[in-house]
Amino acid sequence: MKTNGSKSNGSGPPARTLLWLQSGGCGGCTLSLICAEQPDFLTALDVAGIRLLWHPSLSEATGAEFSAVIDEVRSGTVPLDILCLEGSVIHGPNGSGRFHLQAGTGEPMKDLIAELCELAGDVMAIGICASFGGVTAAGANHVEASGLAYDGSEPGGLVGDAFRAGSGRPVINISGCPVHPDWVVETLLQLTLGTLAQDDLDALGRPRLYSDHLVHHGCPRNEYYEYKASAEKLSNLGCLMEHLGCMATQVHADCNIRLWNGGGSCTRAGYPCISCTEPGFERQTHPYLETPKLAGIPIGLPTDMPKAWFVALAALSKAATPPRVKSNAVADYIITPPSALKGKARK
Amino acid sequence: MSRRIVGPFNRVEGDLEVKLEIEDGTVQGAWVNSPLYRGFEQILNGKDPRDALVYTPRICGICSVAQSMAAATALADAEGLVAPENGRLMQNVILGVENVADHFTHFYLFFMPDFARPVYAGEPWYPEIAVRFKAVEGAASREILPVRSAFMHIMGTLAGHWPHTLGLQPGGTTHAIDHGAQARVLATLATFRRFLETRTFGDELEAVTALGSAAELGDWAGQLGPAASDLGMFLRLIEPLQLDRLGRASDRFLSYGAYAHDATHLFKRGVHADGKAQAFDQGQITEDLASGWFAPSDGPRHPSRGVTIPDADAKGGYTWCKAPRLAGKVVEVGALARQLVDGHPLICDLVKASGGNVANRVIARLIEIARLIPALEDWTRRITPHEPFYVDGWTLTDAEGMGLIEAARGSLGHWLTVTNGSIASYQIVAPTTWNFSPRDTAGTPGACEQALVGAPVRKGEADPVAVQHIVRSFDPCMVCTVH
Repeated sequence: MKTNGSKSNGSGPPARTLLWLQSGGCGGCTLSLICAEQPDFLTALDVAGIRLLWHPSLSEATGAEFSAVIDEVRSGTVPLDILCLEGSVIHGPNGSGRFHLQAGTGEPMKDLIAELCELAGDVMAIGICASFGGVTAAGANHVEASGLAYDGSEPGGLVGDAFRAGSGRPVINISGCPVHPDWVVETLLQLTLGTLAQDDLDALGRPRLYSDHLVHHGCPRNEYYEYKASAEKLSNLGCLMEHLGCMATQVHADCNIRLWNGGGSCTRAGYPCISCTEPGFERQTHPYLETPKLAGIPIGLPTDMPKAWFVALAALSKAATPPRVKSNAVADYIITPPSALKGKARK
Repeated sequence: MSRRIVGPFNRVEGDLEVKLEIEDGTVQGAWVNSPLYRGFEQILNGKDPRDALVYTPRICGICSVAQSMAAATALADAEGLVAPENGRLMQNVILGVENVADHFTHFYLFFMPDFARPVYAGEPWYPEIAVRFKAVEGAASREILPVRSAFMHIMGTLAGHWPHTLGLQPGGTTHAIDHGAQARVLATLATFRRFLETRTFGDELEAVTALGSAAELGDWAGQLGPAASDLGMFLRLIEPLQLDRLGRASDRFLSYGAYAHDATHLFKRGVHADGKAQAFDQGQITEDLASGWFAPSDGPRHPSRGVTIPDADAKGGYTWCKAPRLAGKVVEVGALARQLVDGHPLICDLVKASGGNVANRVIARLIEIARLIPALEDWTRRITPHEPFYVDGWTLTDAEGMGLIEAARGSLGHWLTVTNGSIASYQIVAPTTWNFSPRDTAGTPGACEQALVGAPVRKGEADPVAVQHIVRSFDPCMVCTVH
C-alpha cells in the first residue's frame, strides 16, 4: 500500500525528503498546488521520488508526532533534502516573532524556519509571501513580515543574500499569489532530476521556466493591445492596460501561456494583471484597478521599450484601428466578428 | 488534573493550538489559541475601498472567494449598487463551487484520515478505512485529487483561477461568458455529480437530499449502494465511536443566509436556539476582546465600531482571536447551522436527537454538497449570455457598508467605513472566529472550547484522537479566524 517508501521505485535512487512549513500567509499556494493535474500533486511527488516528511494539509502527524519529525531532522537521523516555506517570515512585534509562535512549542516560528534552512539541501520559498513578503507585508507592515531571502525587492529577509543551501543554491523563489501548481511541480522535478542549474533561476531567484515570460505573452487581448483599443470598464473585451491597471506587459510569468484551472487567467476572466509575481506587489501606489497616468499617458509602460517610440507607435496604431477591433473593445461580447475568409477554392 | 498543550494541528487551514485540562481520562477544560496574527484590518486602513477586493481574498487561500464575496457585498451596500441578474448568478456559482470543493476537501483530506490512525488498528472496521482514507497513502486521496482539480476548472472558466480571483465585483462579475463556456461548466458539473453519485454517496443526489429523518438515513445506509459509498463508511463509524455524543457545543446556531437570489436566500437566514427558529438581528453582534492579545477596550463593540490594536502582552490574553457573540451569547456556525436554520428535515431531526456534534456536522456538510450541485446546475442554466454581467459602481467618498454572507465554514461578515475616499475602518468576523473564539468577559468559553469538554482521553495519548475529531469536525480555518 505504501507509495512513498524509502526508495522512489525499485532500484532507483533513495527518495528525497521534503518538509513543508507555513507561516505568515493564507495557505492558498497549497490549495493551488493540489489543483495540479497530469499528474496530480501526490503522483508528482511519487514521480519525482520525493517522500513527504510532513505537510500541514496532507499529513497524518499532529502535535507530538510533528515534533518527532522535526527532532529527527534536527538530529540528522533523517536528512532534509528540500524545505518548502509557504507564507512570509514574521519578525514582529519588535523583532520578537511573537505574531507567530509555533503551535505546541510557543517558540517563534522564524527561529524554527532559520534553523531548518541551515539543515536543508534546498530551500524553496513558495509564493510571493515567502519570496518577498507579499500581502502580509502590506500597508505599514505592522507585523514586520519579510521573505526568506528578500525583503521586498531588497536582498535580506530572514536568511540574507549570502545564504546558500546545502546544494550551494540560493533560496528558490517561486513567487506568485498564488503560485501556479506547475511552477512548483516542474521545479521539484528539475531538482530531483538534477537538471536545475544556477542559470535556470533569474536575478530574483525565480525559476526561469515561468519568469522568462511576461503575463502579456499569449494574452487573448493582444490584438486590442496592438491597436490600443482599450476596455472602458471591467467585463469589456479590450486591452486592460490603458485604463484598468493591467501590468501584464511588465510582469514576469507565463500565466497566459500555461493557463490556470484548466484554461483560465486573470486577463481571460476580464480583470487586470496586478503583478503578483513581482516584489512590491502588495504596495501599489495607485488603486489596483486604475492605470496611473501622466498627461494622459500610462506611467507603467513596457520596461524595455523607449517611451517615445511607445507613444509614437500607440498614436499610429490607434489611428489605424480597424472598426471591428474598436467596437469589440468596449463590448462584453464580440459584436463584430472578423469578416469571412474568402477561400480560394470558392469563387 | 493534568494539563497539556496540543499542536500544531495539521489538516486544518492555518495554525492552531489547544490547551487542555484533563482529569479521569476526560477533558475538563479547553483553551483554543490562534497563534498567527497578520493584521489585515490594519493593512486595509487608508486604502482605496476597491482595493479591499485585492487584499481580503488573500486573508485565506481556502475561503478566498467567500472573502471576495463579502467584500463585494459590503462595497455594493456602501455604493447602493445592484449587480445585473447574470452577475448575481455567476457570483453564486463561483461561491458555490468553492463551498462544495471545501466540503469535499475537508471530508476526504482533512477529516476522514484520523480514523486511519494506528490508534484504531485493533478495530474491526479499521482495515477497510485505512486502505481508503489513510493520509497521503490511502486510495481516496489519490482518487479525489484529480476529481477535485477537474471540478475547479469551473473556476478557470468563470473566474480566471482559484484561489484569489478579482472576478467578483460589487457590480457583478468581470467575465461575461458565452454559451460555449456555459455548456462547459454544465459538463464539468455533470462529471463531478457522477463521481459524487458513484463514490461519495453511492446514490443519486436527489435521493440523498430527500432523506427526511435519522431513521431514513439509517435505512438508506443499510442498502447495498449507499453502504459501499464513502458517506456509508463514515455513517458506520458513528455508533462504535459514539460520534453523535462527541463535541456538543452551545446548540445555538446562526446563519446569515446563503446564496442571495430573487430577494431571498437558497439557504435561509436566521438563528436556531432553545430548539426553535428565531429571528436574526445583526445589530446584536459584538466582539469581545477580553481574552485576546489586544489593547484594552471599553467593552464589547459592534463590528462597525470595532477596533484592532494588537498587544502581545495584553493581560488575560491567550489568543489573537476576538470573541464574537450574538446578543451576548455563543453561537455555532457552519453547514450544520445553515441546514438546520434552513429547516432541512434530516438535519432538524438529527439535531433534535443529539444536538450539534461531530457526526451531525459531517453529515450536514455532505447533505449540503448534495443540495448545492443541483442549485449550481440551475443557476448556470439561468445565465443568459449577451445580457449584462457587470455594471460600474461609483467612487465612494463617505459611506458605510456591510457584507454578510455564508462561507463554507459559516457566517462571514465584513463591515466597512469609508471617509474622504479611503477606508477608515474595516472589520472582519469570520466563521472560525465564531467557532474558535476564546472566553469572553463573563468567562464563557467559545463553541469549540465548550465542545471539547467531556472528550475522552485514552491512556498514553499525547494528542487525544477524540479531541482531533472534535476540532476537525468544525473544519476550522485559522487564517480567516484572526486574519
